[in-house]
Formats: sequence, C-alpha cells, structure tokens
Amino acid sequence: MSLLEVTDLRVSFPTADGVVQAVRGVSFSVENGRTLGIVGESGSGKTVLTQTLLGLTPGGEVEGKAVFDGTDLLSLRPDQLRRIRGAEIAVIFQDPLTSLHPLYKVGWQIVEMIRSHDRSVSKKQATERAVELLGRVGIPSPRQRVHDYPHQFSGGMRQRAMIAMALSLSPKLIIADEPTTALDATVQAQILDLLLRLQQESDTALIMITHDLGVIADIADDVLVMYAGKAAERASKHDIFYQPHHPYTKGLLESIPHSSAAGDRLRPITGQPPSLIRLPSGCAFHPRCAYVMDRCLTEQPRLAPVGDGDSHISACWLPVLATGLAPETEELRRQAVAQGRHAAAAKIAEAIAERPESEGSVIA
Amino acid sequence: MSDTLRDAASPAPLEAAMEDDVLVRVDNLVKHFPVRGGGIIRRTVGQVQAVDGVSLVVRRGQTLGLVGETGSGKSTLARCVAGLIPVTSGKVTFEGRDITNLSRRAMRPFRREIQMIFQDPYGSLNPRRRVGAIIGDPFAVHKTASGAARKKAVQELMERVGLNPEHFNRFPAEFSGGQRQRIGVARALALRPKLIICDEPVSALDVSIQAQVLNLLADLQSDFGLSYLFIAHDLEVVRHVSNNVSVMYLGRIAESGPKNQVYDTARHPYTVALLSAAPAADPDAAAQRRRIILTGDVPSPINPPSGCRFHPRCPKAQELCSQQEPALEVKPGDPAMHQTACHFPVQAGETLARVAGRERR
Repeated sequence: MSLLEVTDLRVSFPTADGVVQAVRGVSFSVENGRTLGIVGESGSGKTVLTQTLLGLTPGGEVEGKAVFDGTDLLSLRPDQLRRIRGAEIAVIFQDPLTSLHPLYKVGWQIVEMIRSHDRSVSKKQATERAVELLGRVGIPSPRQRVHDYPHQFSGGMRQRAMIAMALSLSPKLIIADEPTTALDATVQAQILDLLLRLQQESDTALIMITHDLGVIADIADDVLVMYAGKAAERASKHDIFYQPHHPYTKGLLESIPHSSAAGDRLRPITGQPPSLIRLPSGCAFHPRCAYVMDRCLTEQPRLAPVGDGDSHISACWLPVLATGLAPETEELRRQAVAQGRHAAAAKIAEAIAERPESEGSVIA
Repeated sequence: MSDTLRDAASPAPLEAAMEDDVLVRVDNLVKHFPVRGGGIIRRTVGQVQAVDGVSLVVRRGQTLGLVGETGSGKSTLARCVAGLIPVTSGKVTFEGRDITNLSRRAMRPFRREIQMIFQDPYGSLNPRRRVGAIIGDPFAVHKTASGAARKKAVQELMERVGLNPEHFNRFPAEFSGGQRQRIGVARALALRPKLIICDEPVSALDVSIQAQVLNLLADLQSDFGLSYLFIAHDLEVVRHVSNNVSVMYLGRIAESGPKNQVYDTARHPYTVALLSAAPAADPDAAAQRRRIILTGDVPSPINPPSGCRFHPRCPKAQELCSQQEPALEVKPGDPAMHQTACHFPVQAGETLARVAGRERR
C-alpha cells in the first residue's frame, strides 16, 4: 500500500465573485523513498492541493479522501492533524525569508519544533539535535550558527535551515513547495542535491511542487501535470518528457528554450490559464489547444491509460497511441483532429492559428 | 588592476573595423555604495563594491546577455548604463558620446534612446493609473504627442505588443502577469529607443507566457532594429536571446564572448560550474550530467576576496589566485572575442576536481 493515497480530492473556495474551483478531483499516490513531481502554472491548484492535505486551507470546501499511513487526513480533527503535521509530514516552503520567524534564533525555532511534538525531550537535548541537523544539511560550524538569527543566514542557508527543521522529527513524507524558486542556480543545485541525498539516506517520500521542468527532470520519479485544478497527465518522468500525450504537457515542453535550438522561435501556448470561477466547458484546456475537436467543447475527458503501459495516464480525447513528439505521432493527431473537428471547434482552432502568440483578454 | 582591464577592453584590430556598430561602450565602470555607521555623523565605514571595473560593448541590433547570481552587480550595472544612478568612476558612451554622470537636462535626449523593462510586472506599474496613461507617460514627459495623437500612438503601441487597444482605460490589476509585462514593453517602446535594458524581464512569468514575451521581444528587435542589454539568471533564456554573453561574478566580468563560445567552450571555472548547475528540462541529460557543486555562498561585496574574487569557491584555485587579480583577456586557442579572467582557465575535456557525480537509484 502506498504511503499517501489521495482519491478524488476537490477543494473550492466560496468568494464574493463566485466559487473558485481550485482543485477539481485529483487522485495520486506516493510511495516510500519515491519523489512525485507536481508541475503546473500559477493558479493550476498545485499548492492548494498539498496544503489541503495538511489542513492549511481554511475556508475551503474539501471533498475526497487522502489516506496517509492508514488514516484519512481529511477526516481528522485539528488537534489530531497537528500531531501528524511536522512530525510525519513536513513542509518546505518556497520563501525561506518569510517562513522563518525573524525575531527568534534559528536554533530556537528548530528546538521548538522538536519540543512541541515531544515534551519529554529536554531543551538541551533538542539543541544538540538542532546542531546535528544543521550540520547534516551542510551549514558550516553549526554549533555557533545555531545561535544566529535568520537575517544572519544567506538565502541558501535559510533554505537549508528550513530543511533541517523539516527533517527534525524524521518525517515519512516531505512536501517541498517550490523550494528552490527563490534561489540562484548554483545554490539550487546544492539544495536539490541535499534533498536527494537525505531522501536516499532515510527512505523518505517527497512531493516536489514546481513550475520548473528542469527541477522535475532532475529529481522526480513520477510526474503529475496539473491544469486548471485537474490532473492533465500522470506518468513516469521519462514518459512525461519523451512520450507526452496531453497537448498541454507537450506545449509546456515546447515552450522552454532549448540549447539545441537556441535562437529559433519559441513555441508558446496560446492564451493564458482560465479563471477558476468561470471554467471553460468540456476540457478546460480547449480554448488554448491546437488540437481542439468538437467533443472537447462539451465532454470532459477522463484520465485513461495511454501509450503502451498502464502507468501512463492522460485526460485528452486524442488517440491513445498519440504519445511522443515524433512526426508519425503528429500525423496520428492530425488525422484524429481532421475527423473530429467541425463548426465550433474549427472556429477556435482558426483563432488559435491566426494569433498563436496572443494572450487573449482577461475579461472576455 | 584597472590598467590591465582597460587594456583588455581596448579594441583589438579586428574589433576596430566594427567600431561603427557599437551602440554602447562601457569602460572600466565602477560603482561603489558607501556603508555608513550607526552614529550621528553617519561616517562611511566601508564600500559595497557592487560593480568594480566592468567593460562591455552592446552592438547595434544585437543582444548582449548578462548572466550572474544575486549580488553579482548586474542590476547595478544596468542602472548605471541607463543613467539612473551616478557612477563612481569609469565611462559609458552611447553612439560615441560620453553620457557618464550627465546632468538631468543633458541626459534628457539620451533617455529617449535608452529605455528599461523591469523584472516585476506587479511592482513596476502604478496600480492607481490607467494603462493608457502609463504607456502615454513617455509622450507626456518628452512632450512629443498630446491629446488625440497621444491616444492613437498609445493604442498603436498596445496593438503592437499584443494587447487589446480597447483596454486603454483599464487598470494594471485587470491584467495578468504576462500582459503587464507587455504593458512595460509598450511603455519602453513608446519613444522608439535604440537600446532597451531588460532586467530579468521574464523571470516572474510562467514558461508558456515567458515564451510569448521572448518571441515578442525578438519581433520588436527585428522590426525596429533594437539593441538589448538582457539581464537574466536563467542561462537557457540568455542563450536563446543573446548574440554575446558576459558572465558576472561579484562585480566583475568573469568571462565574455559570443554565446556559443561561452556556452560550449567555457573557460572560467565559475562559468563551467554555473552551466553545470543550470537545470535542463531533459531527464537523460540531467542523469548523465556531472554537476559541479560549489561550496559556500557568494562572498560579501563589502569585503571581497583578494586576487580573483572567485578563488575561495574555485575547485582550481592555487596560491596565485589569492594574490593576483586575473585580467580579462583572450586565452590561447580562443577566438579574439572570447575573453576570460582566470589564471588557470579550464581546458577542453577537463573535468573539474571535487565533482559530485550523483548516484541515481
């Protein structure tokens, strides 16, 4: 059984403008010692998804199940959840500058983390543990630095301190929400390396949330691509990068500048992500999709196995075998589109072809 | 030190022939910020050496990419070139005319030629003003168009950068990040400048939107013959847009040259490390790559290391590196445009010591 099994999770927020459907039925699982990468653009629901598991989305209406180690996280009372949060599931946030308290010493904050879950540990023991942890994440002379304030740490060191804090209670699962986005490339490399090493040492499961496909390529085992609150595609890292099925995944891969084609024109995805209050009918991606067909406007595609294995699933009406970026696959897609596209879809496709790089307007 | 740098920057015979296409020349530019003590007198107790002897050239119709990490001084350099802050010493010439530390009045005609696009599309637009007014500001400031003519010009600009001209009366909050960056581009474009300084113009955008904005910048460059000084920390983006690339480290240029030279045959250990650290969206390449993990952080520019500023983190550092500042010069075997500031440049096929080859499951 998986360490974490999320089934059909839905989160919505009632607002004055309408109901924001942030997560619209997402299922996934994470195993011990594995890394699940969750990719998506701003507003795709990737952060809400994981914060909901920890009860950090107050005001949200939550449905579905999230079984962690035998207990459904979504049915727990706040005090029960508090015992799991930090101890069994730890979180590393994006911005190490604001997630550490500026007025308390770094060491104190780690000590508090340890002692709030286990009062039997003395302050002295906990400080010892904090020193050991800071050393483990590569902070030089940890015995002195444990008494420093966060502002005395650089960005990379603060993120290391956050990781030390996340590790302090030996969690079974670490959720890292864009942990390296605020960091420079060389520091990012240090941090990713550290996370990978720590994970291998203690067989921890890791959920890595990011918009950076480079980070995913580096560290993930499996990848979940999210679009407008739903899973567009889920597969092994290899399949996502080399055998993508969903046009959104394909679009993401094609819009990154590649060294092999430096200077060539980039191929962006037309338009911009939809409003989560007024979602498009059918497949939420259809207004931006170059392969739009008639049924995409009315019928929402389900996640179904594609390609030749069953670990690769995608929510798209294109033929099951249309995976990858090869010319034959493109031909397969073209044929399907030729058959499945008539009046309404043809109009959208024409608009996309006409202005492939426009963003459209926010308020339609 | 400064002499050697100046020598390195002086035009080689090959460059002299192309002097005509030089739009901007930066010569040995230095920008120090005073650090003041806490007392009443606020005595200067130190200097932040943000930019310390940088020379570079932006050619007409071309893009110079400037790469470096936080604190390397690339934004300070950009602000000096744009004349937004006074420089401590050195020279900035625009089309052969010295524009260093000009008075506001004398600088004014040059402000029309040099424009800037900022990183944060949220912070760089006044939220209380309408988009039409924001884009029309340059016309008002330089008194080049008013009334109906200004509105028409603004709407043409909006159309040109891919915004709906009917959205003239909207506020920035009604636009997405990518669209706001287009507003910033339209404003920069208003006076038909020759040089646009782009300071991390796409870092805050999602990849699909980033590609749209990069394509727009490329189109504008070929339509209007613009030159860009393009600052970014994303190496793939810089490689995509640039003709030439300069790598900055702690206020100095570590390496510069045509982009393929710098990317494919990097000579400075810092460039090599930076390139190896950049995440590539290709799992097979990522698994094969041998990443050089630099130890420690970028030192403080208030008290930079002696000699080569990279030496405390450099896997190749030797005695000499801590004593003598290496000059930015062409290394044996490299073409005339490819300059490196290193005593022991990386040779072809060399693997740097202390390489962390990562074990994969």
